[in-house]
Amino acid sequence: MTNELTNLVVEVMPRFEGYVYPNEATQQPLWSILIVLYPYITGLVAGAFIMASLVRVFNVKALEPVYRLSLLTAFAFLLCAPLPLLFHLGHPERCFEVMMTPHLTSPMAIFGFVYAWYLMAVLLLELWFDYRRDFVAWSESTPGFKGLLYRLFTVGVTDVSAPAVQLDHKIGHILSVVGIPSAFLLHGYVGFIFGSVKANPWWGNVLMPIIFIMSAMVSGIALCVFNYMVLTWIRRKTVDMKCLDVMGMYLFYALVVDTAIEGLDWIHRIYSAEEGFRVIQYMAREKLFYTLSLGQVACGTLVPLILLGLLQLARRRVPELARRRMYFVGASLILMGVLAMRWNVVIGGQLFSKSLRGVMGYKMGFAGLEGWFMGAVLLCLPFVVLTVMVKLFLSEHDQK
Amino acid sequence: MKNHLSRRSVIGRLSAAVAGVLAAPVAKAAKAVAQKVLVTTDAPKDYDPTKHKWVMAIDANRCIGCGFCAEACKKENHVPEGPYFRTWVERYIITKPKPGSGAARGETLVDCPNGGINGYPEAPVPKEEIQHSFFVPKLCNLCQHSPCVQVCPVGATFDAPDGAVLIDPKYCIGCGFCIQACPYGCRFLSPVTKTAEKCTLCYHRITRGLKPACVEVCPTQARIFGDLTNAKPEDPILQFYQNNLVTALKPHLGTEPRLFYAGIDKEVR
Repeated sequence: MTNELTNLVVEVMPRFEGYVYPNEATQQPLWSILIVLYPYITGLVAGAFIMASLVRVFNVKALEPVYRLSLLTAFAFLLCAPLPLLFHLGHPERCFEVMMTPHLTSPMAIFGFVYAWYLMAVLLLELWFDYRRDFVAWSESTPGFKGLLYRLFTVGVTDVSAPAVQLDHKIGHILSVVGIPSAFLLHGYVGFIFGSVKANPWWGNVLMPIIFIMSAMVSGIALCVFNYMVLTWIRRKTVDMKCLDVMGMYLFYALVVDTAIEGLDWIHRIYSAEEGFRVIQYMAREKLFYTLSLGQVACGTLVPLILLGLLQLARRRVPELARRRMYFVGASLILMGVLAMRWNVVIGGQLFSKSLRGVMGYKMGFAGLEGWFMGAVLLCLPFVVLTVMVKLFLSEHDQK
Repeated sequence: MKNHLSRRSVIGRLSAAVAGVLAAPVAKAAKAVAQKVLVTTDAPKDYDPTKHKWVMAIDANRCIGCGFCAEACKKENHVPEGPYFRTWVERYIITKPKPGSGAARGETLVDCPNGGINGYPEAPVPKEEIQHSFFVPKLCNLCQHSPCVQVCPVGATFDAPDGAVLIDPKYCIGCGFCIQACPYGCRFLSPVTKTAEKCTLCYHRITRGLKPACVEVCPTQARIFGDLTNAKPEDPILQFYQNNLVTALKPHLGTEPRLFYAGIDKEVR
């Protein structure tokens, strides 16, 4: 029995085909599930924020029911975004060096500032100005600890006269306008972290930041659709179909652009067939077949494209219930597909040797910092934070 | 539009250029001083990095694949057991083409079991099918435009003024970005210190007048080490450049390695 178990352990040891540099022959990739989650969560933040901006900046009235939910989603996910990055560091206690003594030619160093800017100067402020009047009202009407919390959030500013509220709106609008390029910058930078690695033909790609931004928008909008539908279901409310249709429309068009850009990337790779192309081809066919061909392309892109596309063409002919289900399935598949895309980029980029002569195998464990369990916990954490925020800041009668 | 060039503007531009030229060495010296004060290295206190330019070169024609260099490096630098190497030796076997295939060459087979420390297994193809077989020692390529230095978020890895690319272990946060950025696979994340590690040219030795451990033990002088600032014409390093046509690895990446190779094939990456 013990022998059988030992044999099992031997089986999950890394397997290499061809030649890999000796330093690459480690048991698992240097960047694993934690670094897969980091761009995924950051992307959801950027996308959810863009979703909120559609209401604030572009005045899409139909989306008003999800405005606050989108902002809170962005905020909850942004709070959790640096955690996987932090956990994967060899010396997390030195993380503040990135901010204190940044090396300005490093994309990762600049990310620290972009993140701080986005969290402190954009999202937090926008939320505060949006909620200020409510905080004042709630602090007066809510008793106990919750009331105390609301009073704390007002930071002592209790002026709710008409000019003050108007100023809030004005500042909120400006912050939203500033927030859009900031959201692009945030996720573009994440893309640049990978796109700037010229040593790796899978990553080093000028389109990478744009691909990341577009997939972020797609996943963020999909998350808002998902959250909105789940929340209304939990609260036993009816979904605002007009709002859902408009979200579905934006989701579809964002997905079309995203698919086009990623397709362009592949066409360019295949046509130019540069030095690393053979190994990339092998990766796509063999190593990443399930996550790339099935997960990202078929389930994560084509099926949602067909579902959402059909709804664009024949919305009126599809009954409401079916429409709701189609949106929900489409959004969920997109969320999975973008996660698969992050996996393909991060893990895929490390499954072949930089000698371009061999490939590595990787089987993710369950336990440990880089295992399934930790990944699932980190992925659920933003939803837990969001639940608390929704409880505090999104009262049921607010949600029409 | 008339291009007006006044005397004042010419004098202004000239003096700016002169000031720039004069400021460059001052800035360089200031950077060296700052590095000396702020950065932890293995050099002795009286060592002046601005007075040297260390470099290594590899004459692959001489390498016999004994692996002593890789073993000496592991011992000298306390490199952890397992897939962690600051230097290693690859074996290349290029087979003859199949008769009638119309190809100039056959397959290229590369291996490097345990960095070459314990030798190599028998060639996977019969001797008569081998067209070429040779060994290639690998180490930090001493890039002039090091991608590893460029991407480090805290500046823990840096170009020392004497040509070595070093890591300050007290500063490295262990993010692994430099390991991803190195095209040559020369870096690893130490499971002991949880920081990035790499070949330092045995900095603790060279700054005390000794040779790197790998150079010291190489029985065939396939590894040539020298100080370009203080080299005399008869020194092995200058003789190497004089007598060989050289190449660097992955030149298309623009990293401008200072580590030159003689006697390697196009298949070496």
